[in-house]
Amino acid sequence: MKIQPSNSLTLGEFLKHSGRAADGIISGANGCVGFKEIVEGTCFQDNAVSFCGRSVLLATPDQLTTALALVKLDGLANRVVLCPHDTDPQHFKSIISDAQIDTVVCGENFSDVASLGLPIGRAHSTVDSQNPVPIGRRRTEWVLLSSGTTGSPKLVLHDLASLISPIMQTTKAVNSVVWATFYDIRRYGGLQIFLRAIVGRCSMILSHAGEAVGAHLARLKQHGVTYVSGTPSHWRRVLMSGAANTISPVYVRLSGEIVDQNILDALHATYPGAAISHAYASTEAGVGFNVIDGKEGFPATLIDGHDPNADVLMRVEDGSLRIRSKRTASRYLGDDQPSLMSPDGFVDTGDLVDLRGDRYYFIGRRESVINVGGLKVYPEEVEMVINKHPAVQKSLVRGRRNPITGALVVADILLKQRAQLSNLNNNQELLAEDILNRCRAVLPKHKVPAKVRFVSQLDVSATGKLVRDHE
Amino acid sequence: MTIRSTILVNIQKIAAAYERDIAASLNDDVALFDSGLDSLCFAVLVVRLEDELGLDPLSSVARFPITIGDLIKLYENSAKQ
Repeated sequence: MKIQPSNSLTLGEFLKHSGRAADGIISGANGCVGFKEIVEGTCFQDNAVSFCGRSVLLATPDQLTTALALVKLDGLANRVVLCPHDTDPQHFKSIISDAQIDTVVCGENFSDVASLGLPIGRAHSTVDSQNPVPIGRRRTEWVLLSSGTTGSPKLVLHDLASLISPIMQTTKAVNSVVWATFYDIRRYGGLQIFLRAIVGRCSMILSHAGEAVGAHLARLKQHGVTYVSGTPSHWRRVLMSGAANTISPVYVRLSGEIVDQNILDALHATYPGAAISHAYASTEAGVGFNVIDGKEGFPATLIDGHDPNADVLMRVEDGSLRIRSKRTASRYLGDDQPSLMSPDGFVDTGDLVDLRGDRYYFIGRRESVINVGGLKVYPEEVEMVINKHPAVQKSLVRGRRNPITGALVVADILLKQRAQLSNLNNNQELLAEDILNRCRAVLPKHKVPAKVRFVSQLDVSATGKLVRDHE
Repeated sequence: MTIRSTILVNIQKIAAAYERDIAASLNDDVALFDSGLDSLCFAVLVVRLEDELGLDPLSSVARFPITIGDLIKLYENSAKQ
C-alpha cells in the first residue's frame, strides 16, 4: 500500500505554484512552450472531449505534445497510458482492453486510432490560451509500457507519487539547471528527467526521433543545457559524433543499460568539469540508486547497510538484485498477469550481480532479455518470427555483447532436415537473408538479428526447453 | 581483402540491409554519423568486423573514433598488436 504524500501536487500544480513559472520552457525539435502558457492554456484542439475521470491512451507522435498533454491530464484523468512513438498500433487493442481505456489522445494524424471506436481528443505541440483547461486534483494513475515475452507490451501501473519519489528528496530548484535527455520521455528513464524538470521548475529540452546527433547537440547548446541524461549507447553516439564538445554539461547521467568503466572514463575525459553519475532503474522497480564515484558497479554498502528506514531497500537473492521502495510500480494491468513483487514487497529486477571485493558488478540477466541500447528484446518474440519460416525447425535467439549498443540480437538456427541438405548445396547467405527479411517485415530494427548462424543442433533441457546461455 | 576495404564494403552492405541512405563518398574525413549509419548499424558493423577480422578494438578503446579514417586506423593498429 502506497502512502500518498500529504503535500502531493499534480504536474500542473507544480508549474502553477512555481514563482519562476514564466521563466521555464519545454522545448521540442519544432517549437517551445513556456510554463506560464502551459498552465494557463491548453494543447487540446477543442473542448468536445472531456478528460475528467477518463482513462486515456496518450498516443501522440512528438514528445512536446505528450508533455503538454500530460501536464493537463494529470489530476484530471483517471488513468493515462503513455505510448512511445514506436508503439506498434497493432497493440492498441490489447492495451485498450487491459487498461480499460475509454478515450484516445493523438496528434494531427489519427489514422492509427480512428478505427478503435473511442472518443478521440486531438492535441498539438502549441498552446491555445483562449481555451483553458482547469487543473484537476485527482490522483491520476500513470501506465508505462514495458516489453513482454510475446511482443505485446506489459502495462506497468505507477502514479505520480511513485514516479517522483526519487526526486523529492534530491532535487532542489536551482536557477541555472536546464535538463535534457536523449531518451523518449514516454519511457521510464526519460520520464524521470521530465519529472525532475517539472518538479524542480527547470527548463527541459526534449529529444526527437530521427534527429541527427549534431543537430540535437546544437539545440541543447542553444538552450544552455547543464544536466544531460542518456543511456551508455546514447553517450557513445555523442562521443563518436565529433560534436561532443558542442555542449558543456555540469552533470552527466547514465542509466538504462549496464555502465562500463570505458564509457565512464571516456565521458570524464570529454567533460572533465562535469559530475558523472550512473543510475540503476527499471520501469517496474523504479530508481534503485545513483552511483557518483565514477566507477562501474556499485558499493556493497548499498546492499549491506540495512537501514530499515531507508527509502530503498535492496537485497541479492539467487544472484539477482531485489528492490523494495515507494518508487516501485504497484502492479501489471490486465488479466492473468504475474505479480510484480514478492509478498514482502520486493521487486526482482532479474539483473544478476556479482560481489567482488567491496563492490557489486552487473553480470547479465536471469531471464534472457537482451538490452539493445536501452531497449529490451525478449528472445521468444524473435524466435516466433524466425520459426515461421518454412525451412526452419527451431531457433535460439540470444544477446551478443557489443561495444556500441551494449548488446545485439543474434540467432542460431536449426533447419528442417530437407532444408539442411539443400542448404548445403545452395547459398546459405540467401537463405539467411530471406529469414532476416521476414524479421524486418514485422519486427522493429533493433529486434532483427544482426547475425544468423546455421547450427546442426540446439541444446534442449530435460524439461524440453531450449538451453539459453547467459552472458 | 584489406581491413580498409572490409570496413567500407560492410558499411555499404549494412546501409542496404537497414535501408539507410549512405553518404555519396566514404572518404576518411567523413564523420561516422554523417556516413548515413546510425548507432544500431555501427553495432552491427562491429559484430561483422569481429567475425571477419577477429578484431574488437572498440571494447577497450580510450577515445571513440569520430571519422571513417579514425575507425579504419583503430582496426589497422589493433591488427598490428
